Amino acid sequence: MQGSIALQRTAEVQYVLRIGDTALILAQRLAEWCGHAPALEEDIALANMALDLVGQARALLTRAGQLEGLCGGQVLDEDQLAFLRDERDYLNATLTELPRGDFAFTTLRNLFAATWFKLLWERLRESSDADVAATAGKAVKEARYHQQHAADWVVRLADGTPESRARTEAALDALWRYTAELFEDDAVDAAAEQSGLGPRRSALREAWRADVTAVFAEAGLALPKDAAFRSTGMRGVHSEHMGFVLAEMQHLQRSFPGGVW
Amino acid sequence: MNLAAALPVSERVASAWRVLGTVPDPEVPAVSVRDLGIVRDVVEHADGLEIVLTPTYSGCPATEVIEQDVLAAVHAAGLGPARVTLRRAPAWTTDWISAEGRRNMLAYGIVPPGPALAEGTQPIRFFGRAAKRLACPRCGSDHTEQLAAFGSTACKSTWRCLACKEPFEHFKAI
Repeated sequence: MQGSIALQRTAEVQYVLRIGDTALILAQRLAEWCGHAPALEEDIALANMALDLVGQARALLTRAGQLEGLCGGQVLDEDQLAFLRDERDYLNATLTELPRGDFAFTTLRNLFAATWFKLLWERLRESSDADVAATAGKAVKEARYHQQHAADWVVRLADGTPESRARTEAALDALWRYTAELFEDDAVDAAAEQSGLGPRRSALREAWRADVTAVFAEAGLALPKDAAFRSTGMRGVHSEHMGFVLAEMQHLQRSFPGGVW
Repeated sequence: MNLAAALPVSERVASAWRVLGTVPDPEVPAVSVRDLGIVRDVVEHADGLEIVLTPTYSGCPATEVIEQDVLAAVHAAGLGPARVTLRRAPAWTTDWISAEGRRNMLAYGIVPPGPALAEGTQPIRFFGRAAKRLACPRCGSDHTEQLAAFGSTACKSTWRCLACKEPFEHFKAI
């Protein structure tokens, strides 16, 4: 299992990979904090959230690999999908692959991502795919804790010292434009809605804005204006940072094919 | 009268449940995997016992260890062959922790979880402002505060008692 694998990329497989990859890549970025967070408690919190996300990603990648087999492709396991795809076959939201930045940046990104995941998992509990529904039933509870934790810190940082406030505002300015992608529909979303696999992304927009607005009200922040910029990670076209994430993530499996612990 | 048919479970299954009550959770060893509520079923098949487990958290690193510990204990008790299957739905909830599990947890210094909130009712809370207070497992004072939302594992949060000055952990409701 050393060469890169190719995918059929049916709508179903893409829909599941978009969610699984978004969890996987965010987990990778959060894991980078291990040993570097500003306080021991937060170091542990970020690592624990990364672990939850890896667990969720494992379940979805496993399912995507089975779906790939069902549509006539090769049956792939979670490890092959995590470690042996080329960059363009990863379908995570660009938001999650951006470098981890400072603690304010990581915290605000966690709020955006966890809120999205919470709303998505809530809907996916009703998925026509029993496997996806089972994963969602567990993950929604975890996402709630992630959201609470991030919300608490966004309020503290934005309502904290001039330094923490300035860093939070800078993070908001840098991150906001990448959130639009989380609510942009395409043919994959239409197919998922049609089959009952899951909601179209635009269906989450209003609830997401309501949750984020509530946290921002507490934090004294305003929702920025929307811009025309659209990131395209969920279509496989990534930022310049993605290759570096994969280089680190895939290094062992590519260098020592099939290596196990 | 066929006594065996009247019994709800076979002796082998009943023994397996007793054995599972002695297998400690690797991360909260004061509580057995049975009392933690992750053993959902024990079924006797022609080719051996099937033990059905529901993992606690998606990314819980103890899941594989628990599988191995469960099988080792069942085999050691002479109840093998046995195998483990994972059942992911319905999702595990802290409401499945038994009364004995909760007592053992508290005696071990971890405040057990309250009832898990009904679906969709969990608000966004800011713990520094209007958080509930837990009673200290050592001195009983409710003059306590949460230090961090996550502890040594994802399932726990870290607290301290302002009366006796001791830190303690809380198993979060989920």
